[in-house]
Amino acid sequence: MRSQWRLAGALVAGALLVTGCGGGGGSDQPAADGKVNLTFWDWDPNMDKVVAIWNQAHPDIHVTLSNPAGGDQLVSKMITAHEAGNGPDIAKVEYQSLPALVAKGVVADITQYTGDAAKDFDDTTLKATKFEGKVYGVPQDVAPLMLFYRTDIFDQNGLKVPTTWDEFKQTAADLHAKAPQVAMTNFDAADPGWITGLMQQGGADWWSASGTTWKVAINSAQSKKVADYWQGLVTAGTVAKNPSFSPQWNKQMNEGQIATWISGAWAPAQLGGIAPNTKGKWAVAPLPAWTAGDKTTGIWGGSATTVTADSKHAAQAAQFAAWLNTDDKAVTAQIQNINVYPAATSGRSLPILSQPPAFFPNQANYYDLVKQAAPSSRSFSIWGPNVTVTFSGYTDKFGAALQNNTSFSTALDDIQNATVADMKKLGFTVS
Amino acid sequence: MAARNRAKLPYLLVLPAVALLALFVVAPGVYALVLSFQARKVTGGLLGGGSKLVFVGLDNYGLALADPELWSSIARMVLVALLFIPATVGFALLFALLLDVPRVKLARSSRLAIFLPYAVPGVIASLMWGFMYLPATSPIGGDHIDFFGASTVFFSVANVAVWGSVGFNMIVIFTALRALPSELYEAARIDGCSELRMALRIKVPLVLPAIAMCTLFTALASLQLFNEPNTLRPLSNAVSSTWVPLMKIYEDAFVNSDVNKAAATSVLFVIAALAVSFVASRTVSRVNR
Repeated sequence: MRSQWRLAGALVAGALLVTGCGGGGGSDQPAADGKVNLTFWDWDPNMDKVVAIWNQAHPDIHVTLSNPAGGDQLVSKMITAHEAGNGPDIAKVEYQSLPALVAKGVVADITQYTGDAAKDFDDTTLKATKFEGKVYGVPQDVAPLMLFYRTDIFDQNGLKVPTTWDEFKQTAADLHAKAPQVAMTNFDAADPGWITGLMQQGGADWWSASGTTWKVAINSAQSKKVADYWQGLVTAGTVAKNPSFSPQWNKQMNEGQIATWISGAWAPAQLGGIAPNTKGKWAVAPLPAWTAGDKTTGIWGGSATTVTADSKHAAQAAQFAAWLNTDDKAVTAQIQNINVYPAATSGRSLPILSQPPAFFPNQANYYDLVKQAAPSSRSFSIWGPNVTVTFSGYTDKFGAALQNNTSFSTALDDIQNATVADMKKLGFTVS
Repeated sequence: MAARNRAKLPYLLVLPAVALLALFVVAPGVYALVLSFQARKVTGGLLGGGSKLVFVGLDNYGLALADPELWSSIARMVLVALLFIPATVGFALLFALLLDVPRVKLARSSRLAIFLPYAVPGVIASLMWGFMYLPATSPIGGDHIDFFGASTVFFSVANVAVWGSVGFNMIVIFTALRALPSELYEAARIDGCSELRMALRIKVPLVLPAIAMCTLFTALASLQLFNEPNTLRPLSNAVSSTWVPLMKIYEDAFVNSDVNKAAATSVLFVIAALAVSFVASRTVSRVNR
């Protein structure tokens, strides 16, 4: 009997700890000499080099960098840490997660500290961090979707770089006929970032708002057009079905079994870790268009530097966020080390942009191409306040559709329903 | 006086255990219970401008029970358990019996080799098996067999779990075998009993309590299935984010940041787990008798 209860007890503890525990990093120990310590959560490779420049120049405000997780996981960690009251002072947040963090009160309104910095951004960029007249973050980078392709694979198989989606489909078929072991690209059901970019290009607007009423249109005709197109490629067997950033995909990328990657401008910084053997073999082209000549593209990621509501030194934290993204030295260091395409307008004419990224030594005009693509990138009019629900819905429903060869369109309907139900449960007005 | 002091001693002795239990089991449990009766609602406006916790009674329990994802996650857990429990106990018993045969060679190192996977953390084990399953990295024929197919994925997950838990259960059964008096074997041998007959007719019935206990342990372990599918998830489309109940709870709490619904689901899960362990332990004590 006794062992039974002990087992039961252990089980209770295990199950409850799942809901009770939280990761977090301490911060805010104001030293006697007035020195301020700030903690900064970020996942960019080599961000430490940029932070070092700040610390060198600002002996009174020391920033400690940590990398607890990337992307959506960092958002989850921020929310958990906020519940526990021990969040960081500063955090990197992708634009799509910002409305959710504002709605939950995790990030602070920093309007009063960012007046000067705001002048450095155009309205389109600023719109992603500004809600109901309040600024919640300083934009770091913008990431228009582009087509990254392997020049060597294209040359070997006599392929031309596709400029429309029809051509892309044809090129995929040609490649499949000539080299069946090489996939044109992979349909990634694990990371929703790229598909939302493609949906944006296709004219979808998953969320929009008028006044305080939300409209959700995840399963709109525009979304279904994009979904059906990709379902066609998957059914034809010309694209791989494995998730990006998985060991399987990394190996295929590294060994030349995948010919293209639809990705954001930050791709060169990531490729070094994913496929180290392919240095100098990649080139970039504009994303294929739905109608020939159309330049519209979508966005994958792009982030802002935010100050959390838990920070006891919001002014200093906002000062750092502004410096990081508008100071020429800081932005130059980020372009050099992280390959970001800067959000600040002044950053877009820095001399460093005339050099290609380290992984793309063959493409001297890399940033020129990004600069051309950036102004035509189209985003949703606003990201929803519960993007995590939508995104995990994408992973599950599209993953299942790929697994079972079922309809992508139906998967979109499921995501729509789950998103609307969750928004209503949270208390939002949905039309 | 002395007698009265002695009467207090037992309480003093259990105090540390009670304190730890209160701190790490009762307190979080009560906290989760409180959370499960609340919900977070936005305070109005487009983005709500923050949110507040409100009392919602049993709403979260209703939501949790009405969620089809929870029921499919339970169904998948049961499927894995149907593979996992008999395989674990069966292999553990088989290995224990084999190692108990007199004059078996390399018994010590075999025992260690079978036990060793138990010492490997579940996440590491899952990652390792994940690499073995993926076609591009598989040394065991991943390009011929789809280890992440709609039905094979259950075997793949169960395999990782079995691999990690056979060793522990084997040690439990083996220890029970070693505790049997050797006169029994001598008598059996004099009567001309073969090793196989001895195993089936004498050893297995006598270690039945140990086998029953292993079954209980394994049943409880399958309720806690989380590491294996969660680690395999990013490798494949076959494992969803709500594949088993604990992943569903994790998803609600940390991805969808609905701690309250997750707490309600946890409470329901604890009640179910207590019921399972109660029934199982009743069965065990009946076998023991």
